[in-house]
Amino acid sequence: MSVVNSVRNIGHAVIDAIWRIGYATRFFTLILLNSGSSFRRFRLTVKELYFTGVMSLIIILVAGLFVGIVLGLQGYEILKRYGSESALGTLVALSLLRELGPVLAALLFAGRAGSAMTAEIGLMKASEQLAAMDMMAVSPIARVVAPRFWAGVISMPILATIFSVMGVFGGYLVGVIYIGVDEGSFWSQMQGSVEFQHDVLNGVFKSFVFGVAVTVISVFEGFDAPPTAEGVSRATTRTVVQSSLVILLLDVVLTAFMFRGN
Amino acid sequence: MSPQPLVEIRDVNFAYGSRPILKGINMTFHKGQVIAIMGGSGCGKSTLFRLIGGAIKPTRGEIKIDGQVIHKLDQHALYAMRRKMGVLFQFGALFTDMSVYDNVAFQMREHTDLPEEIIHDLVMMKLHTVGLRGTHALMPSELSGGMARRVALARTIALDPMLILYDEPFTGLDPISLTVVGDSIRRLNSALGATSVVVTHDIQESMKLVDYIYFIADGVIAAEGTPDEIEASKTPFVHQFVHGERDGPVPFHYPAGNYMQDLGVSI
Repeated sequence: MSVVNSVRNIGHAVIDAIWRIGYATRFFTLILLNSGSSFRRFRLTVKELYFTGVMSLIIILVAGLFVGIVLGLQGYEILKRYGSESALGTLVALSLLRELGPVLAALLFAGRAGSAMTAEIGLMKASEQLAAMDMMAVSPIARVVAPRFWAGVISMPILATIFSVMGVFGGYLVGVIYIGVDEGSFWSQMQGSVEFQHDVLNGVFKSFVFGVAVTVISVFEGFDAPPTAEGVSRATTRTVVQSSLVILLLDVVLTAFMFRGN
Repeated sequence: MSPQPLVEIRDVNFAYGSRPILKGINMTFHKGQVIAIMGGSGCGKSTLFRLIGGAIKPTRGEIKIDGQVIHKLDQHALYAMRRKMGVLFQFGALFTDMSVYDNVAFQMREHTDLPEEIIHDLVMMKLHTVGLRGTHALMPSELSGGMARRVALARTIALDPMLILYDEPFTGLDPISLTVVGDSIRRLNSALGATSVVVTHDIQESMKLVDYIYFIADGVIAAEGTPDEIEASKTPFVHQFVHGERDGPVPFHYPAGNYMQDLGVSI
């Protein structure tokens, strides 16, 4: 019987997962369909841009600086072995623009803004605010969800770019100011090796995809959360865990397409 | 009383999966009436409330509001209907990120093109009606439970609805707030010429203000009538409910196994 139960539980879990993916896809479609009325009230998106984007700036700036500093220290240590210290600028810039900027900024965004979105929408549902809005003939998806979605999608690439810029600055501080790498070669090698389309735009595109994924997961989990304290708490946890895994999975896929053997 | 009822509920059945909640409900609400739907916890009155609001669909039967079958309306038509309805939720459901003023102005801004000066005057009038004009700048977190309920009432009547639904409006209120909310329901119904449906289990407060009462038990209408008829009813269920008796057809205990066995006592 225990084998039968195990198979049954696995079956339930698979069916549940497929059902949730279908529900989330339908939800995503509804967000897109309701985006028109959301854009007509763009001040709502601007307000959410402040909460999700501007309020995430501090953590992005600090984390970007620290990551850049660490990259500078570790990169110099390795490059020195091969006598290529002057390539430090290239290493820091490419690492940040292609990978670390979009991925780390998205992970931080999921932890800071994504979890807040889930908790806020989940609590609105638990306190019947979404039901009240719906009964007032105002679509909660158009009024509450879509502005948050677009705010996340718009702010994510900007935050990732700021993260990368701060990281390069951190690498400069450590490499040039602290260790003494030649400033001219630091910047010129970086300028010579970083391609705008291949490196910068691909990084921005990655962060845009991560932004869509993180915000869809965040608003969906909040909207779907059971209207209890425990339900909201679990939904918030799921947002962070699922977003992190999806970011890393998407990064594998996007990197494979963008940088395979080039 | 208008010959054309505002709300007609005909043979409505509803089930969650295989568990029946409502079985063959028939009700009629006329314009200008204040109706109470009563019953014990879990009897299906909140389900009926959601059915009238169009939040869920009946498994059989139909609910007509102003001549339209509510569950057959598409999203656009349903929202058009809901603009003519007001719903007061049990704990107010005020938007916590908006001030009292913005809460009351919410529907006016969403559904009308009124200039802000007129919205300002209307909001002040609605808040004055519930005695809370002075709270317009406060946030919902700064209000007591009774005040939040009254602000929610002002928001409910923002667009002068023809049908107002109240979900447990008396729960958790102090005696003064209870009287104020009760009076407001009656007064607003008369002033707006609306129809009000109060879903509640507060028998004493409801008796004072409603025109007609429906009692629901086990998913069916166990009794109905005017407050005087209900008061004088000999039906065991209604008698137990109205007089708050412990013993009667509604058991105190949820069905359970042998008590001694649960305590581990062998006889």
